[in-house]
Amino acid sequence: MAYALQQLINGITLGMIYGLIAVGYTMVYGIIGMINFAHGDVFMIGSFLSLIAITALTAMGISSVPLMLALTLVFAAVVAGIYGWSIERIAYRPLRGSFRLAPLISAIGMSIALQNFVQVSQGARNKSMPSLIPGALKIFEQDGFVVQLTWMQIVIFVVTLTLLVIFTWLVTKTSLGRAMRACEQDMKMASLLGIDTNFTISVTFVIGAALAAVAGMMFLLYYGSIDFYIGFVAGVKAFTAAVLGGVGSLPGAVIGGLLIGLIEAFWSGYASAQYKDVAAFSVLIIVLIVMPTGLLGRADVEKV
Amino acid sequence: MIAALKDAGFSALIAFGLFFAMVGLQTNVASNGSMELVQHWDAVAMLVGATFVGRLALVLWKARRASTAIVAQVKPSRFAGAGKFLAPVLLILAFLLPIFGSRYAIDTGILVMTYVMLGWGLNIVVGLAGLLDLGYVAFYAVGAYSYALLAQNFGLGFWTCLPLAGLLAAFWGMLLGFPVLRLRGDYLAIVTLAFGEIIRVVLINWTELTGGPNGISGIPRPTLFGLTFTAGGGEGSFSDFFGLEPSLTYRVAFLYYVIFGLALLTNWVSVRLRRLPLGRAWEALREDEIACRALGINVTVTKLTAFAIGAAFAGFAGAFFATRSAFISPESFTFIESAIVLAIVVLGGLGSQIGTALAAIVMIGGGELFRDFAEYRMLIFGVALVVVMVTRPRGLVSGRTPSVSLGKAQLIGSDMISQGHG
Amino acid sequence: MGAPLLTVADLTMKFGGLTAVDSLSFVANAGEITAVIGPNGAGKTTVFNCITGFYKASSGTISLSSAAGDFALATMQGHNITRQAKVARTFQNIRLFSGMTVLENLLVAQHNMVMPDVVHGVLAVFGLGGYRSLERQALDKAKYWLDQVKLLSRADVPAGSLPYGDQRRLEIARAMCTGPSLLCLDEPAAGLNPRESDELAVLLTSIRDSGCAIMLIEHDMGVVMKISDHVVVLEYGRKISDGTPEHIRADPKVIAAYLGEDEDEVAA
Repeated sequence: MAYALQQLINGITLGMIYGLIAVGYTMVYGIIGMINFAHGDVFMIGSFLSLIAITALTAMGISSVPLMLALTLVFAAVVAGIYGWSIERIAYRPLRGSFRLAPLISAIGMSIALQNFVQVSQGARNKSMPSLIPGALKIFEQDGFVVQLTWMQIVIFVVTLTLLVIFTWLVTKTSLGRAMRACEQDMKMASLLGIDTNFTISVTFVIGAALAAVAGMMFLLYYGSIDFYIGFVAGVKAFTAAVLGGVGSLPGAVIGGLLIGLIEAFWSGYASAQYKDVAAFSVLIIVLIVMPTGLLGRADVEKV
Repeated sequence: MIAALKDAGFSALIAFGLFFAMVGLQTNVASNGSMELVQHWDAVAMLVGATFVGRLALVLWKARRASTAIVAQVKPSRFAGAGKFLAPVLLILAFLLPIFGSRYAIDTGILVMTYVMLGWGLNIVVGLAGLLDLGYVAFYAVGAYSYALLAQNFGLGFWTCLPLAGLLAAFWGMLLGFPVLRLRGDYLAIVTLAFGEIIRVVLINWTELTGGPNGISGIPRPTLFGLTFTAGGGEGSFSDFFGLEPSLTYRVAFLYYVIFGLALLTNWVSVRLRRLPLGRAWEALREDEIACRALGINVTVTKLTAFAIGAAFAGFAGAFFATRSAFISPESFTFIESAIVLAIVVLGGLGSQIGTALAAIVMIGGGELFRDFAEYRMLIFGVALVVVMVTRPRGLVSGRTPSVSLGKAQLIGSDMISQGHG
Repeated sequence: MGAPLLTVADLTMKFGGLTAVDSLSFVANAGEITAVIGPNGAGKTTVFNCITGFYKASSGTISLSSAAGDFALATMQGHNITRQAKVARTFQNIRLFSGMTVLENLLVAQHNMVMPDVVHGVLAVFGLGGYRSLERQALDKAKYWLDQVKLLSRADVPAGSLPYGDQRRLEIARAMCTGPSLLCLDEPAAGLNPRESDELAVLLTSIRDSGCAIMLIEHDMGVVMKISDHVVVLEYGRKISDGTPEHIRADPKVIAAYLGEDEDEVAA
C-alpha cells in the first residue's frame, strides 16, 4: 500500500513533465497537422540551458534558491523559444504545402542535427548536478517504508500547474488563442479573415518550446542528471501521451502525460525497470490501434 | 541592399540567441566534481558571423535570381534522364571494384552496397507504397540475429540461413503490419519507430538469448560451395583449392560479391514488381487509398505485402551484416540506422532506384571521407537532411517512368505524384 | 422495367446526433438509370457511401441481387463490395491516381482480375501463374474503355494533367474496368460545359444499354430528366418522392420542397 502510494507520487511527478512536453506536440499537431519530431530535442536543450543558467548563477554568487529558479526558468523558456521559432522557420515553413511526409522527414533531420549539435557543443558526457532543494515531506510510514513527497516534487507540481493555468487562459481567453484555434480549424479561411497565420504558427512553436524547456528544467532538477540523448525517449513518450489524450486536445495532453507517467512508475516498481520503455512504447502501439482518437480526441469521419 | 542587411542582421541576432549559451558556455565537470562553465566566445562569434554572411549571400542571390528569371518553369529533374547511361556505368564500376580497388576500397564498397540494398528495400515500402517506416532497422536486426542465433545454436551455414532470415523478417513485418497498417501516414511512422525501439530494448535485456549488450561474436563466415576463406588458407579453403597465396583480400572480395548479388536481386525484384499488378497497386495506394478501396483492392493485404517484402530484404541484409562483421550487438540497430536508410531513399528521390544508389554512395562513401570528424558527421548528416528536404523535397531524381505504355513512355513530373497519404 | 437489382430498406445513418439519412427505402432496377436528387445536404452522397461500404449504416439493409449472386452490402467489407458484388463508383471530387498514366489508372482498376491473390502476384515476378495472358486481356479492356470515353490518344499522359472533363470521363472508364453490374456516379456532370454534358448523357445511356445499371447523383436537371428511367428525391435524409421523371416533374411535393416555386427550372 505504502509502496503503491509512493509510486503514485513518483508517477504523477513524471507525468507532469511528460504532460508539459506533450502540450507542445498536441498544439503543433493541432495547428499544422505534423508531428514535430524535434520537439523532444527542444526539451533536451531546455534542460541544458537550465544547467548552464544554474551553473552561471551559482558562479555569480546568487544563493537564493527561489530567485535562481525563477531566473533559470525565464532564461530557459526564452532561449528555447528562440529554438522553437528557428526550427519552424528553417525546417518546416518552407515545406508547408509540400507532400505530407516531407515536414516529418525534415523534422527527423532537425532532431538528429540538434542532438549532435549539443553533443559537439556541450560534450557527450553525462552531466550531473546536486539537488538544489534537498529534503522531503514525510507523509506516513508503514512497516518501515516511508512514503515521502520531496520538496522538489512539490515545486514541480506547483510550477506545472501554474503554467498550465496560464496557458489555458492564453488559449481560451485571448485573441491570440482565438487566432490559434481558428488556424486549427481552417488555415486558409483564417488567413482570408486577416489572421496572420505565419505569426500564429510561429507563436505556437515558441510557446510549445518554452513549455518543453520548463519540462527540461524540471527533469534536470528532479533527476539531477542529463545527457544529449534524453530528448529522444522523452519525446516519444510525450508523443505517446499526446496520442493517448487525443491529439489536438490540450487537457488530453496533460491527462495522457499523467497516465504515461503512472504506467511507467508502476511498471518500473512492480514489473521490470529495464523494460519500462517497452511498456510506454507498447502503450503507444496499443492505443493507436485500439482507439486512434485517444481519450479526449475528436472522432473524425473519413471524408469521401 | 539595406533590406538585405537588415535581414542578415536579424538572422545574426537570432543566431546569437541560439548559440551564446549552448556554444558559448560549455558545462564541464570540474576537478572537484562540481559543474563549471568553459567559455567559447570565439566559436559564438564565428557562428554568428557565418550566419550573417550566409544569410546576406542567400538574400542577395535570391533577389538576383528573381530579377533575371522571367518564367519559372517546372522542369523534370536534371538527373531524371541520367539513369539510362549512368546505371550501366555504375554497374560496371561496381563489378570491377574488387579487381582494381584496394582492401580499404572494397571494405567501403561493402558498406555502401549494404546501404544501397537497404535503401532499395525500404524504397519498396516508402517510395512505392508510400508507407513511412521509421523502424526498418528492426527487420535488419531480426535478420542479423536470426542468422547469428541459428548458426550458434544449430550450426547452420550462411546460405541455409539467408532465406530463413528473410522469411523471419517478413514474418515479423506481417506481425507488426497487420494491426498498424490502417493507421494514417505519420501515426504509422511513429508506431514503426516504437516497434524498432522495442526490438532493440528486448535485444539488450534478453541476455540469455541474445547476449545482451555484449552481443554475439564468432558468427561463421560464408563459404563458396563449401570452400572457406580462412586467413591461413589450409585444407578446403578457397586459396588452397585454386592454388593461390592465402590472403584475406579474397574473403573481402567474396563478401563484396555476395552483397553485390543481394543488392542486384533486390533491385531486380523491385523493378520487376513495379511493372506487375502488385507494384502497380502499391503505387496506386500511394496516390489515393480511398480510390483503391473503391476499385476493389484489398488495401490491408496490399500494404502488408509491401511491408513484408521490404522487411524480407532488410532481413537478407541483416544476415549478411552478421556474417560480414562476425559480431553483432544491439548498438548496430539504433533508430539512427533507420534514419540513415530513410535519408538515402529520400535524398535519392522516393521511388527512384538509381537515385537511391547515388544517394548511398554520396552519404555513406562521403561519410567515410569525414571519418576524422566523427563528431561532426551526424551533425552534418542531420543538417543535410533538412537542407535536402527544404530545397529539393523530391530528392535528386524525381519523376517516375510509367510502368506500361501504348506509345512512347514519357517521364511524369514529380509535381503530379503524391507521396504518402493521410 | 427490369428486375430489382439493388434494394435499400430502412437505411439510417447517424453521425453523432445528426441523422443524415433517415429510414430510407428504395429499389434500383437492373438495366436502368436511377437518379438520386435533392438539395445540398439531403444525404445523397451519404447513401452512396453506405452502398459502397465507406460508411457502416447505423441500421437498415442494402441488398443486391445480380447474376453474381445475392449480397448484403451493409455487412460486407469495403473492397469486397466492388470485387464480389460488382458495385463500382466515382467520387464527387475526382479521385484519380494523378501521378500515374491514364492507362495505368485503368489497369489498377483490373487489379483483381490480373492478380487474383498474393500468390499469383508473387509468382508473376518469375513470369509464372499465367500473368502474361491476363495482362493482355486487361490491356484490351483498358483500350476498349479508353476508346469509349475518347481518351485513347491520351493513354500515356499522367491522369493529373488531363483537363477536368476528361478526368471525369476517365474516372467513369476506370470504374467500368472493374466490370460492375451497378455503377454509382456522384455528380458526374459537375463542372462540365453543355457539350460535355450531352456527351456524358450519350456515354451513360450506352453503358446502361450494355447491361450495367447506373445510380446517379446529379444536380444538372437537364441530364437527369433526359436519361433517367427512375428518380428518387431526398430531402433532409428522407425520401419525398420516387418514380419516373414525368412523375417527379409533376409531384407537388417535389416542386414545393426541392424545386421551389420556379417551375420553369423543372422543365429545363
